[in-house]
Amino acid sequence: MEIPFDQILIQTINGVVTGMILALVASGLTLIFGIMDVVNFAHGELFMLGAYVGVIVLAASGNFWLALVAASLVIALLGAAIYLTTLRPLLGRDPLTTILATFGVSLVLQNYALWQFGPVARKIAEPFTGHFSLFYLDYPWYRLVIALLSAAIISALWLFLKFGTFGIWIRATTQDRVMAQAMGIPVPWVLTVVFAIGAGMAGASGVLFGPLAGVNHAMGLDWILKAFIVVVVGGMGNLAGSIAAAIFISLLEAYAALWVSPAQAVIVSFVVLILTLLFRPTGLFASAPR
Amino acid sequence: MSLAAENVPHPDPLPARGRRDRPAKRQSVGRHALIYWAGFSIILALLIIAPLVLPEFWRRFLTEILIWGLLAMSSDILIGYTGMVSFGHSAFFGLGMYGAATALLSVQPPNLWLAIFYGLVAAAAVAGFVAYFSTRLRDIYFAITTLIFSQIFYVIIFTWTEVTGGENGLTFRRPPLAIAGLFSMPFTSTTLHWFVVAVVTLSYLVLRRITQSPFGMVLQSIRENESRTRAIGYAIERYKIVAVMLSGLFAGLAGVLYAVQNQFAAPDFVFFLVSGEAVIYNVMGGIGTLVGPIFGAAFFLLLREGLSRFFTEYYLIPVGIIFVAMVIFMPQGLLGFMRRWLNQ
Repeated sequence: MEIPFDQILIQTINGVVTGMILALVASGLTLIFGIMDVVNFAHGELFMLGAYVGVIVLAASGNFWLALVAASLVIALLGAAIYLTTLRPLLGRDPLTTILATFGVSLVLQNYALWQFGPVARKIAEPFTGHFSLFYLDYPWYRLVIALLSAAIISALWLFLKFGTFGIWIRATTQDRVMAQAMGIPVPWVLTVVFAIGAGMAGASGVLFGPLAGVNHAMGLDWILKAFIVVVVGGMGNLAGSIAAAIFISLLEAYAALWVSPAQAVIVSFVVLILTLLFRPTGLFASAPR
Repeated sequence: MSLAAENVPHPDPLPARGRRDRPAKRQSVGRHALIYWAGFSIILALLIIAPLVLPEFWRRFLTEILIWGLLAMSSDILIGYTGMVSFGHSAFFGLGMYGAATALLSVQPPNLWLAIFYGLVAAAAVAGFVAYFSTRLRDIYFAITTLIFSQIFYVIIFTWTEVTGGENGLTFRRPPLAIAGLFSMPFTSTTLHWFVVAVVTLSYLVLRRITQSPFGMVLQSIRENESRTRAIGYAIERYKIVAVMLSGLFAGLAGVLYAVQNQFAAPDFVFFLVSGEAVIYNVMGGIGTLVGPIFGAAFFLLLREGLSRFFTEYYLIPVGIIFVAMVIFMPQGLLGFMRRWLNQ
């Protein structure tokens, strides 16, 4: 089957756009893992709840940007609350217990959303509706703006980690928790803030993704799976690796969707994961074997 | 003394606190064994009598508890004994279901034993495939990989409509309980219950024997200290692969039983939430105890039954909260907690 060039180009742009959102979700996940050794199973649910907060604030205020900021803040607070109630007591135990605890949290959050918002998908209106023409298609500007916004948020995170005082504390805590504590860094506070930041990023990506597809209670599941794949392929705890892996996998899925249905295109990312595990178990973009 | 009788010092609470007869061996093997087998016989007798006195709904419910208990027990081999948390047991369970469905739909007249055989072969094949890749990884990576493998099978089954029936799954008639040339009788809910009791009891005894065998000891030493076990000279990867396949085999058996009980196979049962439930049963009941997960399944299903009266379909909200609380405050599960309490 001959695939015309224009379709490939469109799928490339689509892949990059979803890849950037995925990178936003996955970088929160990998930040939390890299710094705290916590595998946050509830990350997809934070994404989903972020989208719902966005829906509510948008309905009340009519301002998309306000909804984006509000969702990030609310979900960051929720993340801090989850950390303090369920993960703080597990500090120092086997990291596997954090999977179990956050799995329980994800069940609670998902069913809470179902109970609160019902099974009908909600829609977030696009903040602006401009299009530009790409071959025979009108391509919405909004999608490109999403990609840019995601990139901006991730760069902000990177700059914060690199240059901010708090960011330096975070990196110090990653390297040696005990020594950081001894140097006077408030480690418990740092851990809480890291979880809140990761959660807030998930919330923001939920709002950004909202206009592309409906918002429903089960959307977190797809994303947490994809984010896990990205984080493993990119190398657990490796921020740059996850971003590269997110775009790589989304592009592959977008191209695969040219031939098969999108439901089956997911298998491509699964195959990438298996091949990665076979040949580079520490991740495609890992710098040093662990 | 405040600790349980088996106070094996161990830094983290996730692995099992040892089995009931480990420290007993030195003191009073005979008495403990007697108590154990007495308890075993009483519970078995109760399970056999139960369908005769229980109403239809609870009879079915009890059968279901046993089937889910078998699934939980199979994953305990990995979680409790080898120290690998699998989030992929739904794949083995589901493939058991679909294997049974294939046998029942393609061979006339439907044969129960063939269904079990097909289900076990399907589950073992999938388990071998998953094990080959996933046992290269440890801890969290293993958990995530098994989860993603189960999703692969979910997507395949969900989208391959011609073979698997897609979203609707497959329905079939229940085969009779028959031994060729001897007898043949259709299943009633009572005889089905007895059949499930027999299968689960046998599986329990086999698994118990395996965990006490030298092979089981190696698995437990992998759980306690993988690098040291490797240094002693055990081929850890092979042991892990066999452990995953063994676990998958019994999960597949549970799937076959569930398919026979409910007369359908559906993609929902391949979805990873089923694996998550199996993990929940383990944590609730007490990992590394084999019987614990069955208690966990009973506790979970009763909890669901009771809570869904008040919370309707949102019962997972309170159940999730209880589960998280148990992970934090009761890491040894109900069985471990009871044991500790009894020993005080």
